[in-house]
Amino acid sequence: MTESQPQETGDIALEMRGVTKRYPGVLANDHIDLDVRRGEIHALLGENGAGKSTLMNILYGLAEPDEGEILLDGAPVKISGPSDAIARGISMVHQHFMLVPVLSVAENILLGEEPMANPVFLDRREAHTRIRALGRQFGFEVEPDAKVGSLSVGWQQRVEILKALYRNAQILVLDEPTAVLTPQETREIFTVLRQLARELNTSIIFISHKLNEVLDIADRITVIRRGKVVGSRIPSETNEEDLAELMVGRDVLLTVDRGESHPGDPGLVVEGLHVADDHGHEVVHGVSFEVRKGEIFGLAGVAGNGQDELVEALTGLRKTASGKATLLGKDITTATPRQLHQMGVGFVPADRHRFGLVLTFPLTDNIVLNDYHQAPYARGMIRNEDAIRARSESSIAEYDVRTPSATVSAGTLSGGNQQKLVVAREFADDAKLLVLDQPTRGLDVGSIEFIHSQAVKRRNAGTAILLVSAELDEVLELSDRVGVMYRGELVAVVDARTADREDVGLLMATGGKAPTEVTKDMAADLEEVS
Amino acid sequence: MTAAASPAAPARQRPSPLARLLAMAVVPLIAVGGALIVGGIIIFLSSFATGEPDPTLPFQAYASLFKGAFGSLRGILFSIVSAAPLILGGLAVGLGFKAGLFNIGVRGQFLMGALGAAAVGAWVADAPPVVAIPVAFLAGALLGAAWGFIPGALKAWTGAHEVVTTIMLNFIAGALIAYLITGPLEAPGFSFSRTGPLGNAELPTILETVHLGVFIAFAAVPIVWWLLWKSTLGFEIRTVGANPDAARYAGMRPAFITILTMSLCGLLAGLSGAGQILGISHFMNASYGSAVGFDSISVALLGRAHPVGIMLAALLFGAMRAGSGLMQIEAGIPVEIIDVIQATILLFLAADVVIRRVLGIRAPSAEPEELQTISKTYGSGTPA
Repeated sequence: MTESQPQETGDIALEMRGVTKRYPGVLANDHIDLDVRRGEIHALLGENGAGKSTLMNILYGLAEPDEGEILLDGAPVKISGPSDAIARGISMVHQHFMLVPVLSVAENILLGEEPMANPVFLDRREAHTRIRALGRQFGFEVEPDAKVGSLSVGWQQRVEILKALYRNAQILVLDEPTAVLTPQETREIFTVLRQLARELNTSIIFISHKLNEVLDIADRITVIRRGKVVGSRIPSETNEEDLAELMVGRDVLLTVDRGESHPGDPGLVVEGLHVADDHGHEVVHGVSFEVRKGEIFGLAGVAGNGQDELVEALTGLRKTASGKATLLGKDITTATPRQLHQMGVGFVPADRHRFGLVLTFPLTDNIVLNDYHQAPYARGMIRNEDAIRARSESSIAEYDVRTPSATVSAGTLSGGNQQKLVVAREFADDAKLLVLDQPTRGLDVGSIEFIHSQAVKRRNAGTAILLVSAELDEVLELSDRVGVMYRGELVAVVDARTADREDVGLLMATGGKAPTEVTKDMAADLEEVS
Repeated sequence: MTAAASPAAPARQRPSPLARLLAMAVVPLIAVGGALIVGGIIIFLSSFATGEPDPTLPFQAYASLFKGAFGSLRGILFSIVSAAPLILGGLAVGLGFKAGLFNIGVRGQFLMGALGAAAVGAWVADAPPVVAIPVAFLAGALLGAAWGFIPGALKAWTGAHEVVTTIMLNFIAGALIAYLITGPLEAPGFSFSRTGPLGNAELPTILETVHLGVFIAFAAVPIVWWLLWKSTLGFEIRTVGANPDAARYAGMRPAFITILTMSLCGLLAGLSGAGQILGISHFMNASYGSAVGFDSISVALLGRAHPVGIMLAALLFGAMRAGSGLMQIEAGIPVEIIDVIQATILLFLAADVVIRRVLGIRAPSAEPEELQTISKTYGSGTPA
């Protein structure tokens, strides 16, 4: 991937030796050794909670290691904080961008490092020139005066990278950079990263849990599991199965075995649904589709194209402006969450911390969160703790929720176990419809595998399943049919088994429109913002 | 389809009940201890004013305080009687905390409860006690509940923050009482403006000063506890308080729960006011006031918003009030030092995080939920 290397390439730019970090009850980093060469793209692969972020926080000065040392260009250093890290040429692009949306590109890039024409005034012209030149060098010239809030996610990420370049980053850390991007945007950002490594000799640490990306972009891969380095690989000498096994510590089923589906009668039927967002702007424009019994219908789309509002409307959390939704022939357009629950609708919300769980409550209370008021969990107004307890114990066992007991608070569980708890509550045996909104976001491979297999099991039992996910791979692998959302419209419905990944990605990014129209759409957005 | 081999959750064993109780009580205990020390220092400093500094003065003062509160049956009973209105007031604040509401309107709800009991009690003064007493109590409870319903409804329907509306309603209650008692409700034949005699609505005393209202206050503790932790309504209240979004998702109605909880808070505070009028004052004048309203907030915070904790905190505050008289007589320390100590307790409680850091105590959770409720920014309460 990186053939012609400048001279110093290959020198070790960063070395972390025996880095250990303990948190109460957890050994987050256990004597981790990592070296990164100049001009190298070094992938750090591991499941959520494996210790990647802790290690990078130590490098960035956000956490102090209990043991071990950090060497930059061979010299031991102590990094006291992010500003110290930046001064030493280490920059970090966080998963959630640290940009101020109302400020311009230039202002964001200059934040904290303003070039002064004199003691009072900023030297804007000098800054703009440098920003333009840097962008031009890497083929993404960006207008310094554009407001960051008006840029797409992909462009915002470029601004983050520009910010690092502007500060002469020698070592650039990217934390799950592709999580929010379409396949096309991912490819473009990869081009930029390769160019950076090759032309500026920047060392890039690429944190990810996506195997295919790591194989594509990295020169070397270091795999971390439960706080330890479990192996190091070169992409040409490994494959996805090998990496997955290293990462998880056992054989994993990488793709869902969704098998044949036998869709029956229509389950959920949505006709011409219009939904407005919190500000009263219509963001779902007359969407129609149906999810049949025994079928998984996937909704693909870049985040923010109306999926959230559509799901909230279908689950009773948001009013529909017009249109109609029916479940097995019954009108559910205005049904409340409780009515839907009693009709056999299960809902796994995207934000399990906000909607799915009460983190301070014990698992028992969370298991009966929407059944607490009826038999056997309550007799009249009196809660029946024995029944609640019994239900919790059986759900915890059936859904393999790893917990010391049913009475610990939900907040003490790992993300994967929290999600299994939500799934255990919502996947009732007699479910008519399951709405799964980003069901595996942020989960480890093991939990993803489990939740996918449970979804397929429910489908085979005849449940209609609506799957919404920003992970295109998940939608394509798990669904039977896939609808693509673009700017509040359902622009296409394709067969998931035969669909081409690139085509669907393009539909997500453009809605199948010609480039000129897309530009017009973006211009309209800018109007709205300003 | 194998079981997932994700690592088990970091084994954080549930601590024993005693350990959890200690973890909950440690900051309140430190707050009381620290406030007593601060109070002692102030008492000692005050002795400089007399020209002869006396390092033993704080000990004398606290000894008389203790003797006054617990040294005799009369003292003990007086402590309990003084605690009763604080228990109900504290519960009125604590119940609100559980629903994520900061009810600082206990003062107004207490006054309206007192007004209802005084006015209706005087009206039914000639009815037999079995009728007059319940009717007067009910009137106080309902008027208090109404004074809680208003901010609850304003919050649920318009998003108006209860801290702002309850403070305003405190003033409105005071002004309304002054108007009514100097006007429509003024009883004839007295040298000053007041409500009429209670007659049969007056609460009988059972032992010394212990009246029926005291029993109601203590009975409210297990009732509120049961409501919160054993009933489905309590589950709804706690869920709305902990996570209103999850409550809505689970099919609960946060707006309804907010209104109902504020009304229940008002009812408890109204009972407190009614008990004071029917059991102790026996009438209400135009400038009727009481420290119960604001002390209730301190009691609820000191009791960590738990009914049993609130009862213990109220007993402590009641005992300090009861014992302060003897302290003033024997040690010459003005009763106002109790206000200083109570205010210092509040300061210590508010500095919960600081105390834990200084003493190296790990918090069981990030921040006590009642403090989180207080620190929620204004306007966070969007209409549900």
